[in-house]
Amino acid sequence: MQSADPVALDKLVQPARVHRSLYSDPAIFELEMERIFGRAWVYVGHESQVKAPGDYFATQLGRKPIVVVRGPDGTIHALHNQCAHRGAMVVANDRGSAAEFQCCYHGWTYHLDGRLKAVPLQHGYPADFNPKSSKTAMLQVPRVESYRGFIFVNQSADAPPLKEWLGYMATSLDDMADRAPEGELEVAGGVFRHTYNGNWKLYLENLCDAAHPWFTHRSSIEAAQQQSDDTFSDGTGEIALRQMRQNGAPYSFWETQVGIWTYPNGHSYLGDYHDDAKLVAAMNDPVFRDYITALEANKGKAETRRILEVRRWNSNIYPNVSFMSQFQQLRIIHPLAVDKTLVCTYNFKLRGAPEKMFQNTIAFANIVNGTGSLVLTDDLEIYNRVGLGISSEGAEWLEIGRGFDSDVPDEHGGRRGKNSTSEVYIRNMFDAWRGYMLPQKETERQDVA
Amino acid sequence: MTMTATATRAPQTLLSREECEDFLVHEARLLDDARFDDWLALFVPDARYWVPSEPNQESPLDTVSLMYDDRRLLETRVRRLASPRIYSQEPRSRTSRMIGNVTIESMKADVVIVRSKFTMVEFRRNEQRLFAGTYTHELVKRDGIRIALKRIDLLNCDAPLDGLVIPF
Repeated sequence: MQSADPVALDKLVQPARVHRSLYSDPAIFELEMERIFGRAWVYVGHESQVKAPGDYFATQLGRKPIVVVRGPDGTIHALHNQCAHRGAMVVANDRGSAAEFQCCYHGWTYHLDGRLKAVPLQHGYPADFNPKSSKTAMLQVPRVESYRGFIFVNQSADAPPLKEWLGYMATSLDDMADRAPEGELEVAGGVFRHTYNGNWKLYLENLCDAAHPWFTHRSSIEAAQQQSDDTFSDGTGEIALRQMRQNGAPYSFWETQVGIWTYPNGHSYLGDYHDDAKLVAAMNDPVFRDYITALEANKGKAETRRILEVRRWNSNIYPNVSFMSQFQQLRIIHPLAVDKTLVCTYNFKLRGAPEKMFQNTIAFANIVNGTGSLVLTDDLEIYNRVGLGISSEGAEWLEIGRGFDSDVPDEHGGRRGKNSTSEVYIRNMFDAWRGYMLPQKETERQDVA
Repeated sequence: MTMTATATRAPQTLLSREECEDFLVHEARLLDDARFDDWLALFVPDARYWVPSEPNQESPLDTVSLMYDDRRLLETRVRRLASPRIYSQEPRSRTSRMIGNVTIESMKADVVIVRSKFTMVEFRRNEQRLFAGTYTHELVKRDGIRIALKRIDLLNCDAPLDGLVIPF
């Protein structure tokens, strides 16, 4: 495993370029699972998915199957979804409610915090068999912390607390939660699960890429520009067409009206973009007026104005979650192999908002995150093509240097691009990558954090 | 066709099962031949085209769908398929559909609900994907048979999938 050598790894990420093996070498991928997904806070879900004691959902931490469950005392646990006996996956349903977990193989039964509760034929095990040991438990992921209802887990005892690790990016999660008139978010409206044959990092690297829509999405931009608005729409097409046309904004728009902000630990957001007046119909749209009324009734006029003036498009918390507050979307990135990735996308209901607003959220999800979307399908094609092209030896180094000479410090301790087409957010993710992957950088990273 | 004329006929004669099956086979052939404009012409002006993301999904409005198009979005989808810049169709898919088990579920004065089973094989860039499921068509008679709603329930609607570009 020559590429796993720290000295070799150090040379693969350079100031404005990265080596293609970061997207194609299985040995590097294995190290990423251990050092990034094993050390970073990884988003697993939202508290509304486990409202009552016993509620659970199954997901993955890196490639490891886990189950997230609310215990009888209200505490949320994350358990490795594996029986301590013979290793079988214990929880087979995607979600549900349970009083205990029971393995279907030999009937080992566990409390919701993973402790062993009962074992059939216990007298047959060796004398040192200890049902109170962690060796006979469904192993807990050591750390589970929530911020405003968003649940993250961490496999490392050394990591800083979640809030500290999020840093200024916590304000993007605030932006999601603040938009609910009654303060609560609820996961609703189903899930998209899309896959591509390419590396997991490609997905995060595309979400703030303001230089690609005009090219990659030309087919849907032109089809939308040519579409008559006199044709029947129940609202679905209207929202979809507005978004597709917005992708066709000229380069001058991306260079002068959109910004890119980055923060420590690889986090970033695209902002100053798509204000509500442009996207959610005009402010005089009756549904949006009802929403503003509900916000003002709960939070007052000044706070409502402040909330709606936060204009962020995609916020990305490295390494595995991206979300968008204005249409209440969230995507979780699951690396499956060096060249295989699964992305699951979720929607949130804003408690206290008009029901019709959630229908807009769904229509927006279909066009932006849908497996059969007129837009996302071209992004998936790009990931697949990078996955195909990366094996060639023609381009040993991938360029990530756009804006390298013009990035400027940000007042909250980050860096921002001079305009939104800067690849500062990719360089920022690789700074975090180096911090996790290179042992000798570990101390330095923690000092910064 | 006027409403009066329809009402005076026995409802079950609006369309026969054989007429429905012939229509479904015709529609499948247009799609397999990539004659998407001709396919679009089969839909009424306020038609909807729907591929749910969940088994037994009740509404396209409160739950995400693999595809849910009102007429305006369906026209845009079809126009995009003809674009030389549709990179997710470079190279183009080839498809082969089989339709069977055609039954008439209900027949009212002006609309027939037809259920059928389908398989669709899609080949693109060295990969062949197999889709199967149930079609539900709401058919009306306006200048021939037209589609008011086409619902496609995929067997694997909630599976992880790479992009879906060709209509089912």
